[in-house]
Amino acid sequence: MSSAPVTAAQAALISCTTCQLVSRVRQLPANGYAICLRCGARLSRRKPNSLARAWALIVAAYILYIPANVYPVMTVISFGKGKPDTILSGVQSLLASGWWPLAVLVFFASIIVPLIKLVGLTYLVASVHYKWHWHPKQRTVLYRMTEAVGRWSMIDIFMISILVALVRLEAIATVEPGAGATSFAAVVVLTMIAAMSFDPRLMWDAMETRHD
Amino acid sequence: MNISSHLLVIACQNCDLLHRQRVLRDGERAMCSRCGAVLYRKKRNSLDYTLVFSLTALILFFMANVFPFMTFKYEGRVQESVLFTGVKELFVQDMWAVAVLVLLVSVIIPLFKIAGMLYVLMPLKLNQRPWQAARIFRIVEALHPWAMVDVYMLGVIVAMVKLNDFATIVPGAALYSFAALLLSMAAAGAALDPHDVWERLDVVE
Repeated sequence: MSSAPVTAAQAALISCTTCQLVSRVRQLPANGYAICLRCGARLSRRKPNSLARAWALIVAAYILYIPANVYPVMTVISFGKGKPDTILSGVQSLLASGWWPLAVLVFFASIIVPLIKLVGLTYLVASVHYKWHWHPKQRTVLYRMTEAVGRWSMIDIFMISILVALVRLEAIATVEPGAGATSFAAVVVLTMIAAMSFDPRLMWDAMETRHD
Repeated sequence: MNISSHLLVIACQNCDLLHRQRVLRDGERAMCSRCGAVLYRKKRNSLDYTLVFSLTALILFFMANVFPFMTFKYEGRVQESVLFTGVKELFVQDMWAVAVLVLLVSVIIPLFKIAGMLYVLMPLKLNQRPWQAARIFRIVEALHPWAMVDVYMLGVIVAMVKLNDFATIVPGAALYSFAALLLSMAAAGAALDPHDVWERLDVVE
Protein backbone atom coordinates (compact mmCIF):
# COMPACT_ATOMS: atom_id res chain seq x y z
CA MET A 1 0.00 0.00 0.00
CA SER A 2 2.77 2.41 -0.89
CA SER A 3 0.90 4.04 -3.75
CA ALA A 4 -1.22 7.17 -3.40
CA PRO A 5 -4.32 6.80 -1.22
CA VAL A 6 -7.28 5.35 -3.06
CA THR A 7 -10.89 5.91 -2.16
CA ALA A 8 -13.69 3.44 -2.67
CA ALA A 9 -15.14 5.70 -5.34
CA GLN A 10 -11.83 5.81 -7.25
CA ALA A 11 -11.70 2.02 -7.15
CA ALA A 12 -15.27 1.92 -8.49
CA LEU A 13 -16.47 0.44 -5.19
CA ILE A 14 -19.42 1.44 -3.03
CA SER A 15 -19.27 1.29 0.74
CA CYS A 16 -22.55 0.64 2.54
CA THR A 17 -23.34 3.48 4.95
CA THR A 18 -25.18 1.04 7.23
CA CYS A 19 -23.08 -2.14 7.48
CA GLN A 20 -19.81 -0.94 5.88
CA LEU A 21 -19.74 -3.82 3.38
CA VAL A 22 -17.77 -2.78 0.30
CA SER A 23 -19.44 -3.79 -2.97
CA ARG A 24 -18.62 -3.58 -6.64
CA VAL A 25 -21.70 -2.64 -8.60
CA ARG A 26 -21.10 -3.14 -12.29
CA GLN A 27 -23.92 -0.89 -13.31
CA LEU A 28 -26.16 1.12 -11.03
CA PRO A 29 -29.84 0.62 -11.95
CA ALA A 30 -31.67 3.54 -13.51
CA ASN A 31 -33.18 4.57 -10.17
CA GLY A 32 -29.66 5.39 -8.96
CA TYR A 33 -29.14 2.84 -6.21
CA ALA A 34 -28.43 -0.85 -5.70
CA ILE A 35 -29.33 -2.91 -2.63
CA CYS A 36 -26.61 -4.04 -0.21
CA LEU A 37 -26.30 -7.83 -0.29
CA ARG A 38 -25.63 -8.04 3.43
CA CYS A 39 -28.01 -5.59 5.11
CA GLY A 40 -30.48 -4.60 2.40
CA ALA A 41 -29.80 -0.85 2.67
CA ARG A 42 -29.71 1.35 -0.41
CA LEU A 43 -26.26 1.61 -1.97
CA SER A 44 -25.16 4.74 -3.79
CA ARG A 45 -21.68 6.21 -4.21
CA ARG A 46 -22.58 9.24 -2.12
CA LYS A 47 -25.66 10.04 -0.05
CA PRO A 48 -28.36 11.08 -2.57
CA ASN A 49 -28.82 14.83 -3.13
CA SER A 50 -26.74 15.39 -0.03
CA LEU A 51 -26.10 19.12 -0.49
CA ALA A 52 -29.63 20.06 -1.59
CA ARG A 53 -31.23 18.13 1.28
CA ALA A 54 -28.85 19.43 3.92
CA TRP A 55 -29.22 22.98 2.60
CA ALA A 56 -33.04 22.86 2.59
CA LEU A 57 -33.15 21.50 6.14
CA ILE A 58 -30.64 24.09 7.39
CA VAL A 59 -32.61 26.98 5.87
CA ALA A 60 -35.81 25.66 7.48
CA ALA A 61 -33.99 25.39 10.80
CA TYR A 62 -32.66 28.97 10.53
CA ILE A 63 -36.21 30.26 10.00
CA LEU A 64 -37.61 28.30 12.96
CA TYR A 65 -34.66 29.34 15.12
CA ILE A 66 -36.23 32.81 15.43
CA PRO A 67 -39.64 31.82 16.93
CA ALA A 68 -37.82 29.15 18.95
CA ASN A 69 -35.92 31.85 20.80
CA VAL A 70 -38.44 34.72 20.74
CA TYR A 71 -41.61 32.94 21.87
CA PRO A 72 -41.92 31.48 25.36
CA VAL A 73 -41.32 27.74 25.56
CA MET A 74 -43.47 27.49 28.68
CA THR A 75 -45.42 29.56 31.18
CA VAL A 76 -45.51 28.77 34.89
CA ILE A 77 -48.89 29.91 36.25
CA SER A 78 -49.06 30.19 40.02
CA PHE A 79 -52.28 31.48 41.67
CA GLY A 80 -53.40 33.09 38.39
CA LYS A 81 -50.11 34.85 37.75
CA GLY A 82 -48.21 33.67 34.69
CA LYS A 83 -44.45 33.83 34.22
CA PRO A 84 -43.46 33.06 30.63
CA ASP A 85 -40.02 31.60 30.02
CA THR A 86 -38.04 31.66 26.78
CA ILE A 87 -35.08 29.36 26.18
CA LEU A 88 -32.69 32.12 27.29
CA SER A 89 -34.67 33.27 30.33
CA GLY A 90 -34.89 29.63 31.44
CA VAL A 91 -31.10 29.54 31.59
CA GLN A 92 -31.04 32.89 33.43
CA SER A 93 -33.46 31.64 36.10
CA LEU A 94 -31.35 28.51 36.59
CA LEU A 95 -28.33 30.75 37.05
CA ALA A 96 -30.25 32.98 39.49
CA SER A 97 -31.23 29.98 41.61
CA GLY A 98 -27.55 29.28 42.14
CA TRP A 99 -27.27 25.99 40.27
CA TRP A 100 -24.59 27.34 37.97
CA PRO A 101 -23.06 24.02 36.81
CA LEU A 102 -26.51 23.00 35.56
CA ALA A 103 -27.08 26.48 34.13
CA VAL A 104 -23.83 26.19 32.17
CA LEU A 105 -24.87 22.76 30.90
CA VAL A 106 -28.31 23.95 29.77
CA PHE A 107 -26.80 27.11 28.26
CA PHE A 108 -24.46 24.92 26.28
CA ALA A 109 -27.10 22.38 25.20
CA SER A 110 -29.88 24.85 24.38
CA ILE A 111 -28.07 27.94 23.09
CA ILE A 112 -24.53 27.06 22.00
CA VAL A 113 -25.15 23.63 20.43
CA PRO A 114 -28.01 24.71 18.09
CA LEU A 115 -25.97 27.74 17.01
CA ILE A 116 -22.83 25.69 16.41
CA LYS A 117 -24.86 23.18 14.44
CA LEU A 118 -26.49 25.82 12.24
CA VAL A 119 -23.29 27.77 11.60
CA GLY A 120 -21.14 24.63 11.40
CA LEU A 121 -23.41 22.87 8.91
CA THR A 122 -23.68 26.04 6.82
CA TYR A 123 -19.89 26.21 6.74
CA LEU A 124 -19.57 22.52 5.81
CA VAL A 125 -22.17 22.69 3.04
CA ALA A 126 -20.62 25.90 1.67
CA SER A 127 -17.14 24.32 1.80
CA VAL A 128 -18.32 21.51 -0.47
CA HIS A 129 -20.33 23.78 -2.72
CA TYR A 130 -17.35 26.10 -3.36
CA LYS A 131 -14.85 23.18 -3.37
CA TRP A 132 -12.67 24.65 -0.64
CA HIS A 133 -9.43 22.78 -0.08
CA TRP A 134 -8.24 23.86 3.32
CA HIS A 135 -8.18 21.67 6.41
CA PRO A 136 -10.39 18.80 5.26
CA LYS A 137 -9.41 16.83 8.36
CA GLN A 138 -10.55 19.59 10.74
CA ARG A 139 -13.78 19.93 8.78
CA THR A 140 -14.37 16.20 9.10
CA VAL A 141 -13.80 16.43 12.86
CA LEU A 142 -16.27 19.35 12.96
CA TYR A 143 -18.77 17.15 11.12
CA ARG A 144 -18.35 14.30 13.59
CA MET A 145 -18.87 16.71 16.51
CA THR A 146 -21.97 18.23 14.88
CA GLU A 147 -23.42 14.78 14.40
CA ALA A 148 -22.66 13.59 17.93
CA VAL A 149 -23.74 16.60 19.95
CA GLY A 150 -27.04 17.49 18.30
CA ARG A 151 -29.40 15.31 20.31
CA TRP A 152 -28.41 16.93 23.61
CA SER A 153 -30.37 20.06 22.70
CA MET A 154 -33.53 18.13 23.55
CA ILE A 155 -32.93 18.67 27.30
CA ASP A 156 -35.24 21.70 27.37
CA ILE A 157 -38.07 19.90 25.55
CA PHE A 158 -37.93 16.99 28.00
CA MET A 159 -37.75 19.40 30.94
CA ILE A 160 -40.97 21.05 29.71
CA SER A 161 -42.76 17.72 29.26
CA ILE A 162 -41.82 16.75 32.83
CA LEU A 163 -42.91 20.09 34.32
CA VAL A 164 -46.22 19.91 32.45
CA ALA A 165 -46.78 16.44 33.94
CA LEU A 166 -45.79 17.35 37.48
CA VAL A 167 -47.33 20.78 37.97
CA ARG A 168 -51.05 20.53 37.26
CA LEU A 169 -52.95 21.76 40.31
CA GLU A 170 -55.60 23.72 38.41
CA ALA A 171 -56.09 26.96 40.37
CA ILE A 172 -52.91 26.76 42.39
CA ALA A 173 -50.12 26.01 39.94
CA THR A 174 -49.89 24.82 36.35
CA VAL A 175 -47.29 24.82 33.61
CA GLU A 176 -48.39 25.56 30.07
CA PRO A 177 -46.14 24.68 27.15
CA GLY A 178 -45.60 27.58 24.72
CA ALA A 179 -45.36 27.95 20.94
CA GLY A 180 -41.58 28.34 21.23
CA ALA A 181 -41.29 24.71 22.33
CA THR A 182 -42.62 23.37 19.02
CA SER A 183 -40.25 25.57 17.03
CA PHE A 184 -37.32 24.66 19.23
CA ALA A 185 -38.02 20.93 18.94
CA ALA A 186 -38.31 21.38 15.16
CA VAL A 187 -34.90 23.11 15.03
CA VAL A 188 -33.30 20.20 16.90
CA VAL A 189 -34.91 17.55 14.67
CA LEU A 190 -34.22 19.43 11.41
CA THR A 191 -30.55 20.01 12.23
CA MET A 192 -30.14 16.36 13.24
CA ILE A 193 -31.58 15.20 9.90
CA ALA A 194 -29.50 17.84 8.07
CA ALA A 195 -26.31 16.45 9.66
CA MET A 196 -27.34 12.91 8.66
CA SER A 197 -28.11 14.00 5.07
CA PHE A 198 -24.75 15.70 4.62
CA ASP A 199 -22.10 13.40 3.17
CA PRO A 200 -18.64 14.27 4.60
CA ARG A 201 -16.98 12.28 1.83
CA LEU A 202 -17.90 15.11 -0.56
CA MET A 203 -15.34 17.31 1.22
CA TRP A 204 -12.63 14.80 0.31
CA ASP A 205 -13.93 14.42 -3.24
CA ALA A 206 -13.47 18.18 -3.66
CA MET A 207 -9.81 17.79 -2.70
CA GLU A 208 -9.13 15.72 -5.79
CA THR A 209 -10.14 18.40 -8.27
CA ARG A 210 -6.94 20.43 -7.98
CA HIS A 211 -4.47 17.67 -8.76
CA ASP A 212 -6.28 16.07 -11.67
CA MET B 1 -27.31 -9.55 -9.95
CA ASN B 2 -24.37 -7.48 -11.12
CA ILE B 3 -23.06 -6.86 -7.63
CA SER B 4 -20.22 -8.50 -5.71
CA SER B 5 -18.89 -8.07 -2.18
CA HIS B 6 -15.32 -7.30 -1.16
CA LEU B 7 -14.80 -8.51 2.39
CA LEU B 8 -11.06 -7.83 2.57
CA VAL B 9 -11.29 -4.04 2.31
CA ILE B 10 -13.19 -1.42 4.23
CA ALA B 11 -13.87 2.22 3.34
CA CYS B 12 -13.90 5.09 5.82
CA GLN B 13 -17.47 6.33 6.32
CA ASN B 14 -16.22 9.92 6.70
CA CYS B 15 -13.72 10.24 3.82
CA ASP B 16 -14.13 7.07 1.68
CA LEU B 17 -10.46 6.06 1.92
CA LEU B 18 -9.97 2.33 1.35
CA HIS B 19 -8.17 0.25 3.96
CA ARG B 20 -7.21 -3.40 4.09
CA GLN B 21 -9.13 -5.16 6.87
CA ARG B 22 -6.94 -6.59 9.59
CA VAL B 23 -7.77 -8.91 12.44
CA LEU B 24 -7.73 -6.89 15.66
CA ARG B 25 -7.04 -8.04 19.18
CA ASP B 26 -9.59 -7.46 21.96
CA GLY B 27 -9.88 -3.79 22.85
CA GLU B 28 -8.14 -2.58 19.69
CA ARG B 29 -9.68 -0.25 17.16
CA ALA B 30 -8.80 0.59 13.60
CA MET B 31 -8.70 4.27 12.66
CA CYS B 32 -8.78 5.91 9.26
CA SER B 33 -5.23 6.92 8.32
CA ARG B 34 -6.46 10.09 6.61
CA CYS B 35 -9.28 11.62 8.70
CA GLY B 36 -9.00 9.77 12.02
CA ALA B 37 -12.50 8.26 12.08
CA VAL B 38 -12.93 4.89 13.78
CA LEU B 39 -13.24 2.22 11.10
CA TYR B 40 -14.08 -0.76 13.32
CA ARG B 41 -13.27 -2.13 16.77
CA LYS B 42 -12.83 -5.48 18.40
CA LYS B 43 -14.54 -5.77 21.75
CA ARG B 44 -14.14 -8.51 24.30
CA ASN B 45 -17.17 -10.82 24.62
CA SER B 46 -19.21 -8.20 22.81
CA LEU B 47 -22.22 -10.40 22.14
CA ASP B 48 -22.53 -11.69 25.73
CA TYR B 49 -22.18 -8.26 27.33
CA THR B 50 -24.61 -6.65 24.90
CA LEU B 51 -27.17 -9.37 25.58
CA VAL B 52 -26.87 -9.11 29.36
CA PHE B 53 -27.23 -5.32 29.40
CA SER B 54 -30.07 -5.37 26.86
CA LEU B 55 -32.03 -7.89 28.93
CA THR B 56 -31.49 -5.75 32.03
CA ALA B 57 -32.61 -2.71 30.07
CA LEU B 58 -35.80 -4.47 28.93
CA ILE B 59 -36.83 -5.23 32.52
CA LEU B 60 -35.95 -1.73 33.69
CA PHE B 61 -37.88 -0.24 30.77
CA PHE B 62 -41.12 -1.78 32.01
CA MET B 63 -40.39 -0.80 35.61
CA ALA B 64 -39.72 2.79 34.52
CA ASN B 65 -43.03 2.95 32.65
CA VAL B 66 -45.25 1.28 35.24
CA PHE B 67 -44.18 2.60 38.63
CA PRO B 68 -44.82 6.20 39.79
CA PHE B 69 -42.20 8.51 38.33
CA MET B 70 -42.33 11.54 40.61
CA THR B 71 -44.61 13.03 43.25
CA PHE B 72 -45.17 16.77 43.41
CA LYS B 73 -46.06 18.35 46.77
CA TYR B 74 -47.14 21.99 46.93
CA GLU B 75 -49.29 23.98 49.38
CA GLY B 76 -50.58 20.80 50.99
CA ARG B 77 -51.55 19.23 47.67
CA VAL B 78 -49.98 16.04 46.42
CA GLN B 79 -49.85 14.92 42.79
CA GLU B 80 -48.32 11.77 41.39
CA SER B 81 -47.21 11.28 37.81
CA VAL B 82 -45.87 8.41 35.71
CA LEU B 83 -43.41 8.65 32.84
CA PHE B 84 -46.24 8.78 30.28
CA THR B 85 -48.05 11.69 31.98
CA GLY B 86 -45.84 14.26 30.23
CA VAL B 87 -46.84 13.00 26.78
CA LYS B 88 -50.51 12.87 27.78
CA GLU B 89 -50.51 16.42 29.18
CA LEU B 90 -48.76 17.78 26.09
CA PHE B 91 -51.53 16.19 24.00
CA VAL B 92 -54.23 17.63 26.25
CA GLN B 93 -52.67 21.08 25.91
CA ASP B 94 -52.72 20.85 22.08
CA MET B 95 -48.96 20.40 21.69
CA TRP B 96 -49.36 17.20 19.70
CA ALA B 97 -46.17 17.61 17.62
CA VAL B 98 -43.99 17.89 20.71
CA ALA B 99 -46.00 15.12 22.41
CA VAL B 100 -45.41 12.71 19.50
CA LEU B 101 -41.70 13.61 19.42
CA VAL B 102 -41.26 13.04 23.17
CA LEU B 103 -43.22 9.77 22.98
CA LEU B 104 -41.06 8.54 20.10
CA VAL B 105 -37.61 9.41 21.43
CA SER B 106 -38.18 8.59 25.11
CA VAL B 107 -40.47 5.54 24.92
CA ILE B 108 -41.09 3.92 21.53
CA ILE B 109 -37.62 4.11 19.95
CA PRO B 110 -35.75 3.02 23.10
CA LEU B 111 -38.12 0.03 23.45
CA PHE B 112 -37.74 -0.87 19.78
CA LYS B 113 -33.98 -0.58 20.09
CA ILE B 114 -33.76 -2.88 23.13
CA ALA B 115 -36.25 -5.41 21.73
CA GLY B 116 -34.68 -5.35 18.26
CA MET B 117 -31.21 -5.90 19.67
CA LEU B 118 -32.42 -8.89 21.71
CA TYR B 119 -34.35 -10.27 18.74
CA VAL B 120 -31.24 -10.28 16.55
CA LEU B 121 -28.51 -11.10 19.08
CA MET B 122 -30.18 -13.85 21.10
CA PRO B 123 -30.52 -16.28 18.15
CA LEU B 124 -27.05 -15.25 16.92
CA LYS B 125 -25.64 -16.35 20.25
CA LEU B 126 -27.18 -19.77 19.49
CA ASN B 127 -25.84 -19.65 15.92
CA GLN B 128 -29.25 -19.07 14.42
CA ARG B 129 -30.52 -16.35 12.19
CA PRO B 130 -33.91 -14.87 13.07
CA TRP B 131 -36.42 -13.89 10.39
CA GLN B 132 -35.57 -10.53 8.77
CA ALA B 133 -32.48 -10.20 10.98
CA ALA B 134 -30.57 -7.88 8.66
CA ARG B 135 -33.48 -5.51 8.15
CA ILE B 136 -34.23 -5.27 11.87
CA PHE B 137 -30.61 -4.76 12.86
CA ARG B 138 -30.31 -2.11 10.15
CA ILE B 139 -33.26 -0.21 11.63
CA VAL B 140 -31.89 -0.62 15.16
CA GLU B 141 -28.60 0.90 14.00
CA ALA B 142 -30.29 3.76 12.15
CA LEU B 143 -32.43 4.66 15.16
CA HIS B 144 -29.42 4.90 17.44
CA PRO B 145 -29.26 8.73 17.76
CA TRP B 146 -33.03 8.95 18.26
CA ALA B 147 -33.15 6.90 21.45
CA MET B 148 -32.77 9.74 23.93
CA VAL B 149 -33.04 8.14 27.35
CA ASP B 150 -29.78 9.79 28.41
CA VAL B 151 -30.87 13.26 27.34
CA TYR B 152 -34.27 12.75 29.01
CA MET B 153 -32.56 12.04 32.34
CA LEU B 154 -30.83 15.43 32.19
CA GLY B 155 -34.23 16.99 31.45
CA VAL B 156 -35.53 15.34 34.63
CA ILE B 157 -32.69 16.82 36.67
CA VAL B 158 -33.25 20.31 35.25
CA ALA B 159 -37.00 20.05 35.93
CA MET B 160 -36.37 19.02 39.54
CA VAL B 161 -33.99 21.91 40.10
CA LYS B 162 -36.51 24.35 38.61
CA LEU B 163 -39.19 23.23 41.09
CA ASN B 164 -36.79 22.93 43.98
CA ASP B 165 -37.37 26.50 45.17
CA PHE B 166 -41.11 26.36 45.75
CA ALA B 167 -42.26 22.76 45.85
CA THR B 168 -41.21 19.36 47.13
CA ILE B 169 -40.45 16.62 44.62
CA VAL B 170 -40.36 13.02 45.74
CA PRO B 171 -38.65 10.69 43.25
CA GLY B 172 -40.58 7.46 42.65
CA ALA B 173 -39.44 3.92 41.87
CA ALA B 174 -39.75 4.60 38.15
CA LEU B 175 -37.23 7.43 38.33
CA TYR B 176 -34.60 5.14 39.84
CA SER B 177 -35.50 2.47 37.28
CA PHE B 178 -35.14 5.07 34.55
CA ALA B 179 -31.67 6.09 35.77
CA ALA B 180 -30.67 2.41 35.82
CA LEU B 181 -32.21 1.99 32.34
CA LEU B 182 -30.02 4.81 31.06
CA LEU B 183 -26.93 3.09 32.50
CA SER B 184 -27.75 -0.34 31.08
CA MET B 185 -28.59 1.08 27.64
CA ALA B 186 -25.30 2.99 27.65
CA ALA B 187 -23.47 -0.20 28.71
CA ALA B 188 -25.20 -2.23 25.98
CA GLY B 189 -24.31 0.44 23.44
CA ALA B 190 -20.68 0.44 24.56
CA ALA B 191 -20.50 -3.36 24.42
CA LEU B 192 -22.14 -3.68 21.00
CA ASP B 193 -19.82 -4.33 18.08
CA PRO B 194 -21.93 -3.78 14.94
CA HIS B 195 -19.10 -4.90 12.69
CA ASP B 196 -19.00 -8.23 14.52
CA VAL B 197 -22.80 -8.60 14.29
CA TRP B 198 -22.76 -8.02 10.53
CA GLU B 199 -19.96 -10.53 10.07
CA ARG B 200 -21.87 -13.11 12.13
CA LEU B 201 -24.98 -12.46 10.06
CA ASP B 202 -22.82 -13.15 6.99
CA VAL B 203 -21.76 -16.54 8.31
CA VAL B 204 -25.00 -17.80 9.89
CA GLU B 205 -27.68 -18.80 7.47
